[in-house]
Amino acid sequence: MQLAGRILTRLGVFAISLVGASVLIFVITHALPGDVAQTLLGDQATPEAVAQLRAELGLDRPLVVQYLDWFGHVLTGDFGVSHLSGDAVVSLLLPRLAVTMWLVGFSMIGSLLLAIPAGMLAALKRRSWQGIVVSATAQLGMAIPVFWGGILAVMVFAVWLRWLPANGYVPLTQNPGSWAAHLVMPVVTLSVVQAAVLIRYVRAAFVEVLNEDYYRTARSVGWTPMRALLRHGLRNASISLVTVLGLQVSSVLVGAIVVESVFNLPGLGSLLLTAVSQRDLLVVQGTVMFLVLAVLVISAVVDFSYLLIDPRQRAAREAR
Amino acid sequence: MKRAQLIAGVVLVGVVVLATVVSLFWMPFDPLRVVPGQRLLPPGPVHWLGTDGFGIDIFSRLLLGARSVLLVGIISVGLAAVVGIPLGMLAGQAGGWIDDVVMRLSDVVYALPALLLAILLASVFGASTVTAMVSIGVATIPAFARVARAGTLQVMAADYVLAARASGTSWWGVAWRHVAPNIAPVLGVQASVGFAMAILAEAALSYLGLATPRPNPTWGNMLRDAQDYIFVAPLQAVWPGLAIAMAVLGFNLLGDGLRDYLDPRLREVP
Repeated sequence: MQLAGRILTRLGVFAISLVGASVLIFVITHALPGDVAQTLLGDQATPEAVAQLRAELGLDRPLVVQYLDWFGHVLTGDFGVSHLSGDAVVSLLLPRLAVTMWLVGFSMIGSLLLAIPAGMLAALKRRSWQGIVVSATAQLGMAIPVFWGGILAVMVFAVWLRWLPANGYVPLTQNPGSWAAHLVMPVVTLSVVQAAVLIRYVRAAFVEVLNEDYYRTARSVGWTPMRALLRHGLRNASISLVTVLGLQVSSVLVGAIVVESVFNLPGLGSLLLTAVSQRDLLVVQGTVMFLVLAVLVISAVVDFSYLLIDPRQRAAREAR
Repeated sequence: MKRAQLIAGVVLVGVVVLATVVSLFWMPFDPLRVVPGQRLLPPGPVHWLGTDGFGIDIFSRLLLGARSVLLVGIISVGLAAVVGIPLGMLAGQAGGWIDDVVMRLSDVVYALPALLLAILLASVFGASTVTAMVSIGVATIPAFARVARAGTLQVMAADYVLAARASGTSWWGVAWRHVAPNIAPVLGVQASVGFAMAILAEAALSYLGLATPRPNPTWGNMLRDAQDYIFVAPLQAVWPGLAIAMAVLGFNLLGDGLRDYLDPRLREVP
């Protein structure tokens, strides 16, 4: 298939997923028996108050009209208004976005920095004890819930050694040193747990490289296994790794929401959980929609970069 | 080596099942009754793993928590399998636009991870064991649909299916007699790995207060409570975590072990 065709197909998948996910989110918050106005006002509300709020929120219109109205606003960057505080969801999101972005961004980099060398080692030494140790450690790491990893880290580094603060957050602009100290444990926790999952894929990608002719040729002209892997393997393995990374975006984000709760970080996760406990439905709906949109955009961008990076795709374009 | 994985998996899963069965007949102490005078006792001969911030025996709560692990795992994996497997088989056998529709639907669900579904459901209905099971189950459907579809495509390309179709066997007959038995092993592996994921998801949800509410213990909400006492009684935050890790490791090893055991090509020559 041509490059342009592939990009169009991928854009189509993106659009379908976006519309489908938005319908699902809307249906859960609106069409299920729990009426939005009733939920917002609580069980003690008078029928008149509920009816008035229904009219105010436009809940008396047909569902399809309500959905189109809501989704239209989402597309223009309006994710709704909190019923409790009257604030726009976007104005609640933006100040917290930075915290979650630092956490997600650093953790993705951290997990790659851990998983690539470990996965290469596991592939190169797959028949000796070092490889088995790496694989077994990864297996163990996959079984550790991310929040327990965080609690254990707090135990060791905050309670026992007293090197780092147990929880909380300081903005970068306020005090860079303190900002870093508060982010280290959350980032390392999420990176390690994520790396445990990634190691498998890295190992598989490099084992494939080890069976390739170009690797054997490089070895037979006297290159060390490490040099051959770094010069040829890394680039070839990276193509399948980029795809895996695209799939990992949503699990890192989910992990970040949990980790934020462990370390009491004021990110999107705490916004969501507070909104759930206050039954602030419209904030939940808007924030979840925002997160789904973010995941879909990031995985689409990752897939595009894969199409553009892979020289075989470029060659196909030039040959046209 | 591979054999050892399978055995370790069976043993670890067996421990969880045993804990559940034992909890039905015997628990050393009442896992729900608050005993103010016995708060935060260290492990000892009476309270094997100590007591929590409410003075409740931790070991008893762990036993009771094992029940919800199995319950949530079975129901959510069951839900995912019952919906996902027929859809995947349908997509694989029918092909064409039906295949496209099923796969796009699975993309849509894939975009909403279990945690976000659970957050949506909890804000509408209030957090409960049921909202957790439904969100984990629904989020796991695509995995089953994909595995079932891939397996079905493989079977449909085989000569014996062509022969069966040529001799007039119906679609149902092919699905029941040829596809189902052939994809059952991979689905078993998927169920085991899915169970491990479900345990992790349930633990995270109940830790965040999005699943089974207190006072009923789950290993996740026990960890949330233990975190409040991390400076005075840090050991409390060790036991439930160990239990979760053990159960997840068990189901993962069982799944990997089964995969290698069922696929002779992957068996290592000793």
